[in-house]
Amino acid sequence: MLSKVIKSVLKPNQNQMRVLAPFMTSTVMKESGTTSATFDTRPYKLHKLEEAPNTSTTCTRDEALLYYKQMQIIRRMESASGNLYKEKAVRGFCHLYSGQEAICVGIKAALEPQDSVITAYRDHGWAYVMGCSVTSVMAELTGRTQGIVRGKGGSMHMYCKNFYGGNGIVGAQVPVGAGVALAQQYLGNGGLCIALYGDGAANQGQVFEAYNIAKLKDLPCIFICENNGYGMGTSVDRASASTMYYTRGDYVPGLWIDGMDILSVKEAIKYCKDYCSAGKGPLVLEVATYRYSGHSMSDPGTSYRTRDEIQEVRQTRDPIMLFKENIISANLVTAEELKQIDADVRKEVDEAVKVAKTDKEIAVHELAADVYSAPIENTIRGTTPFEPYTHQRLSKVINWH
Amino acid sequence: MALSATRITRHISGVLTRSFSTSMVNAANQVTVRDALNSALDEEMERDESVFLMGEEVAQYDGAYKVSRGLWKKYGDKRVIDTPITESGFAGIAVGAAMGGLRPVCEFMTFNFSMQAIDHVINSASKTFYMSAGMIHVPIVFRGPNGAAAGVGAQHSQCFGAWYSHCPGLKVVSPYSTEDARGLLKSAIRDPDPVVVLENEILYGQAFDISDEAMSKDFVVPIGKAKIERPGHHVTLVAHSRAVMLALEAAKSLAGEGVECEVINLRSLRPIDETAIVDSVMKTHNLVTVEQGWPHCGIGSEICARIVESPAFHYLESPVIRVTGVDVPMPYAKSLEAACIPQPHDVIKAVKKVLKIIK
Repeated sequence: MLSKVIKSVLKPNQNQMRVLAPFMTSTVMKESGTTSATFDTRPYKLHKLEEAPNTSTTCTRDEALLYYKQMQIIRRMESASGNLYKEKAVRGFCHLYSGQEAICVGIKAALEPQDSVITAYRDHGWAYVMGCSVTSVMAELTGRTQGIVRGKGGSMHMYCKNFYGGNGIVGAQVPVGAGVALAQQYLGNGGLCIALYGDGAANQGQVFEAYNIAKLKDLPCIFICENNGYGMGTSVDRASASTMYYTRGDYVPGLWIDGMDILSVKEAIKYCKDYCSAGKGPLVLEVATYRYSGHSMSDPGTSYRTRDEIQEVRQTRDPIMLFKENIISANLVTAEELKQIDADVRKEVDEAVKVAKTDKEIAVHELAADVYSAPIENTIRGTTPFEPYTHQRLSKVINWH
Repeated sequence: MALSATRITRHISGVLTRSFSTSMVNAANQVTVRDALNSALDEEMERDESVFLMGEEVAQYDGAYKVSRGLWKKYGDKRVIDTPITESGFAGIAVGAAMGGLRPVCEFMTFNFSMQAIDHVINSASKTFYMSAGMIHVPIVFRGPNGAAAGVGAQHSQCFGAWYSHCPGLKVVSPYSTEDARGLLKSAIRDPDPVVVLENEILYGQAFDISDEAMSKDFVVPIGKAKIERPGHHVTLVAHSRAVMLALEAAKSLAGEGVECEVINLRSLRPIDETAIVDSVMKTHNLVTVEQGWPHCGIGSEICARIVESPAFHYLESPVIRVTGVDVPMPYAKSLEAACIPQPHDVIKAVKKVLKIIK
């Protein structure tokens, strides 16, 4: 049996769940050389919305292969991250995304180039789908030169074009994301900002401040609560007076999504993009998911939940397994093709791990680089006044307008 | 209750300061600090479409202290944005807007309320450029009145100069005069890094002489450079913001007794113009720091440490003395409040002690 907590996280409509059953509803079509299939989306729950996202969605063969590969890369990266942490090659904090892959891959699949994303510290998967290479993510974890920010950020602070982190302060990324949305509205670039946070951060005061201003200004911002059941070791029921996170924007309309089904996530984001583009303002989404690992590597994740609970999700709700079953059943791809992807993914991540372990850390003098984009003083005090550092400007600013 | 009390205090403060608003023009080229800030904002908004102002009461109310008077009428809702009284939320939004390509000027009604948002000033704004290895810059200005106000009690009277200038990644300025206010705010808005502009409520209504050059649209005051307000050769007085006025008053009085003080207006607290201080101390051989903030880990403490580590240390003829606010939260009663903030006689006494004129 699923525990009470898991039910509260994953209970869309328990009797409607078709665990392990394929969602394909129509036969595979051949259209000028591409193959696609239509799938049912999981039932959504609405808050102050009149229309729901589509009840079905189409996925092409190429998309299926891409999403499967991206999810497998993340799963494999996180497993490698865990190992590197245990080998003490990763320092400090390390928060794994295993179990939640369908969310970032599904959301990214619906975004356009002008859209932006900001998330919290569980950001490895997000960094990857937003454009950081596997090597640059893994090498950042080990603090090496080829890391996406040259080892200066670490696990929680990764950035690339239109991806504003990687924020280590619980909840802080939510108003910052609303601010990115304000810039998009102001500049009229047609983009929106996705601001992600966990069920723990959902109780932060500044989250509600951000909802309020976003609604007042009708900002093109999609607030997304990734509800994985636990804020660190505190289950949602013990931390939130209401666990219906998609309703907690009150006057901001909301949507509940089964975050274990990538195509349901993607279809919901397409719907949200249309909503925001129409100038209707922000939305609050709750994406129900599960994290297989503990909160961070220092948490075995077993004192506040049972091993059976984790096993049950792995066996019945795993986002990669479900997607694999679906796309094979729909004849979009073959099991052999996916096996080949698995092998390629393993190779790519293994090679990245090799770099992450062997690459050098940046030279010590670079610790004084890029404190300011326009430094006024050239010297930066060292630990004593005797050997000051020289401020250097090294990297290219990517958000210069 | 606390919120409504705060609101009332804010309201009263606004009303009170309006009576200060003698709005410039005592003589031909005298301008108040308030009008200097207003013209700086106006000119920079005109110059760059991506500059916008947000904060509590900045638009329709014309600013709680009237610094943004007329800007909403001129630029409209898009560029002058009234926010709810939720500092954490709107400061975070301002930081995000800077990351997303704008140049926000985020007004705190007073810097006391920036405590609600200090995480965004420090963690979101000042560290992102470094954490992203120089990829994401955050061109934002946080501004508002700072320091001891009048009769508003402990929660509304505090200097944040030491707090913010402690943090790498931020630039911090603390204008004294009209020229400082105009030139530093314009520099701050044009700067590609986060800048904290610590204004002073009591100085808003103060008029200063200002040159035509300083009123030109191209005028800026470089961040990180101090100004020698009064040259002298017996002792160096280093101050910022309203304490510069105090130092100048003391210097004027001491000049009558044959003591020539060199008064340095820091203008910037980060970076601090160490060269200007060191050069002056090597000339005068004596140093007194003057500030309204608390002594512990204050601006004066930093200056002392810099001097001790610099070549100027060996030029000192007597120990450096700090003149600071008293090390207690600000009391409400008038006589106690006055006793908390250094007065000219405190500076005069410190100088005379340093110069061994008195024991």
